[in-house]
Amino acid sequence: MDLELTAADEEFRREARDWLAAHVPAEPLPSLETAEGFAAHRAWERELHGGRWSAVTWPEEYGGRGASVLQWLLFEEEYHAARAPGRVSQNGVSLLAPTLFEHGTDEQVARVLPPMARGETVWAQAWSEPGAGSDLAALRSAAVRADGGWLLRGHKTWSSRAAFADRAFGLFRSHPGGDRPHHGLTYLMFDLAAPGVTVRPIGRLDGKPAFAELFLEDVFVPDADVIGEPGQGWRVAMSTAGNERGLTLRSPGRFTAAADRLAALWRAGADPADTALRDRVADALIGARAYQLSAYAGVARLTEGGTPGAAASLTKIFWSELDIALHETALDLLGPHGELADAAPEAPDHGGWADGWIFALAGPVYAGTNEIQRDIIAERLLGLPKGRR
Amino acid sequence: MRFLLDAEQAEFGRTLGRMLAAADTPAAVRAWGAGDSAPGSAVWRRLAGAGVFGLAVPEKCGGAGFLPVDLIVSFVELGRYAVPGPVVETAVAAVLLERLGDTGGLADIWRPAIAAGDAMVSYADLARGPYALDAATADVTFLVDGDTLRASDGSGPVQPSVDPARRLARCPGGAVLASGPAVRAAAAQADDIARLLTAAQALGVGRRLLDDTVAYVKQRTQFGVAIGSFQAVKHRLADVLLALEFAEPLVYGAAVEVAGASQAGTADAADAAGVGIAMAKVAAGEAAYAAARAALQLHGALGYTDELDLSLWIRKARALRNAWGTPAECRARVLPSPVATTR
Ligand SMILES: Cc1cc2nc3c(=O)[nH]c(=O)nc-3n(C[C@H](O)[C@H](O)[C@H](O)COP(=O)(O)OP(=O)(O)OC[C@H]3O[C@@H](n4cnc5c(N)ncnc54)[C@H](O)[C@@H]3O)c2cc1C
Repeated sequence: MDLELTAADEEFRREARDWLAAHVPAEPLPSLETAEGFAAHRAWERELHGGRWSAVTWPEEYGGRGASVLQWLLFEEEYHAARAPGRVSQNGVSLLAPTLFEHGTDEQVARVLPPMARGETVWAQAWSEPGAGSDLAALRSAAVRADGGWLLRGHKTWSSRAAFADRAFGLFRSHPGGDRPHHGLTYLMFDLAAPGVTVRPIGRLDGKPAFAELFLEDVFVPDADVIGEPGQGWRVAMSTAGNERGLTLRSPGRFTAAADRLAALWRAGADPADTALRDRVADALIGARAYQLSAYAGVARLTEGGTPGAAASLTKIFWSELDIALHETALDLLGPHGELADAAPEAPDHGGWADGWIFALAGPVYAGTNEIQRDIIAERLLGLPKGRR
Repeated sequence: MRFLLDAEQAEFGRTLGRMLAAADTPAAVRAWGAGDSAPGSAVWRRLAGAGVFGLAVPEKCGGAGFLPVDLIVSFVELGRYAVPGPVVETAVAAVLLERLGDTGGLADIWRPAIAAGDAMVSYADLARGPYALDAATADVTFLVDGDTLRASDGSGPVQPSVDPARRLARCPGGAVLASGPAVRAAAAQADDIARLLTAAQALGVGRRLLDDTVAYVKQRTQFGVAIGSFQAVKHRLADVLLALEFAEPLVYGAAVEVAGASQAGTADAADAAGVGIAMAKVAAGEAAYAAARAALQLHGALGYTDELDLSLWIRKARALRNAWGTPAECRARVLPSPVATTR
């Protein structure tokens, strides 16, 4: 058991650090939940791709570096420590790409991934519906067989970044009347600019259009855009969900960097007598370190042939709760300035803590609510009997 | 980087587990609490025979060398089976003597005895509190008082603990073995190691409480179904697992840092490892205590009885949470006050 990096891993880390030091914008980009910020973040993705840092674990032919998962963790530590911009391409890179590697055809992988790596195609996830959230299998939007493809009909909601994104991937009911609700679903990709698609942006808690509703009226999707077998969409979706809850969406680097900044904030001006606040800052440091070490162990297990499985649910609850605690503590530390929203010129740290708090609040809701994750942990990891949902 | 136990370490843990499962430790714990140390001492000898205490003793004194990760593997099992006695203190006494170097020949007597399982040693630092654990039963108690190290050979009356198997007593002073700043420095490192081994023990206690509770909620029925099918029960246990799963890497991570610091031999490295240990102690102590509270609750009235062996672990979790460093002390180590750092 050791925590030592090989020379090659050290070199990889140094290369990432140097590149980021030379390229990360000095001033934070405008919020990616605005049209202007979205465009700026798209340009940043292109720049990242120029240094081949936009998808480090992918094979080189698709724009990656063929880096190991451990190297990806190291890259993420450097990325967040350097305060590099949030990733507008995240749905594509963290959710769709691993799904395509596992279930897509060679043609799909070759067609979809390179423009994703360049930030040219930004993806949205179209899973949730007004009547299908925690019970995703209750979804009703349909894919109806048509000549050479499928026609999509229905209503999706809460699609992150769909207000400005290019394409979407999602689940549709293609074979109605099956004996169980998660049978007869098909996973496909479609164009948000295609005829029949209406996108209605939705303001999140701070009013920014961070997600959108999608109304679909006979939107044509060619067979080439079906991922996996028609009717087998649930199985494909569960591999996406594993990535969403596990490490890839929220890497430990994000939290170690934020916890370090929080500790710096405390050292810079907190009342040393306020041990209650001190304890919360210490807990953020402890939580971030725990997540980091658990990721190192997880990577070692994966390298030796293990699978994350239901453990991704543990990870999801842990990061979502840590994120909120961290940001709440920062806002308390900032005292009267903690109330300033990121639009306020005088907001400390360009409003990063306030904006981060708004973002963190959604963590226990998206990617499968934490209640649902606790059910999964209890049943699959502890072996407790299924009960009434 | 390979942050995983190797096959040998994992097998060592399983072997100890099997041995302790066969040793009827609950009976030994109950006897220990009632003042009969014979069954506990028998368990102790088997542990020493398996090499547990040798993991804290250098090879030249008959040990395996100081192996922090392997010590953690053992102490998790000691917690899982609630092994009574000054297990942490004995291992830490060996570390303290090693750090001190020359103690006028005394170290050379006790370290081989610890490695061989011939000596049950207690240890206390009066800066931390007046009580030594199981001093009445131990062959010797090492006492650090300021910058003096003494070997105490007697023990005051036992002050019953919330965990009856932890028998606390004040110790009279004894012969001075060493004095000077080196004693303080060695005691500070010993304190960190005691904290780390206590965290490992807490982790094992928490795992046991969770396992036993999961087994119980699968089998106990109310309203016609197993209580483990109710969400309120499931979610509480999911949270216990979550806390334990994220405490564990902190405990092993700290052990890896301690091993590195012990090789490097610098005070800075030891201090950095001490921060990692403090993190591990907070997380493992809180996780084990949450496991104890959940176990008590989910066993219903049964959880509140001392007849059920579960009580042995519930009480231990409470004691270990504060032993060798309260959560507040550990958090202060993780984030020292700015006043303290600029001094
Ligand atoms: C910021 C944000 C971004 C999102 N992005 C996307 C996206 O890009 N694409 C997408 O498809 N979706 C997205 N979502 C939607 C998200 O996945 C859903 O909100 C989530 O699955 C919960 O569904 P719901 O909102 O319908 O809540 P409901 O399912 O109605 O749940 C309401 C409450 O009831 C609880 N509950 C429900 N069922 C149970 C049960 N069986 N046991 C215990 N408690 C239960 C839930 O935990 C929750 O607390 C996003 C959501 C947010 C907040």
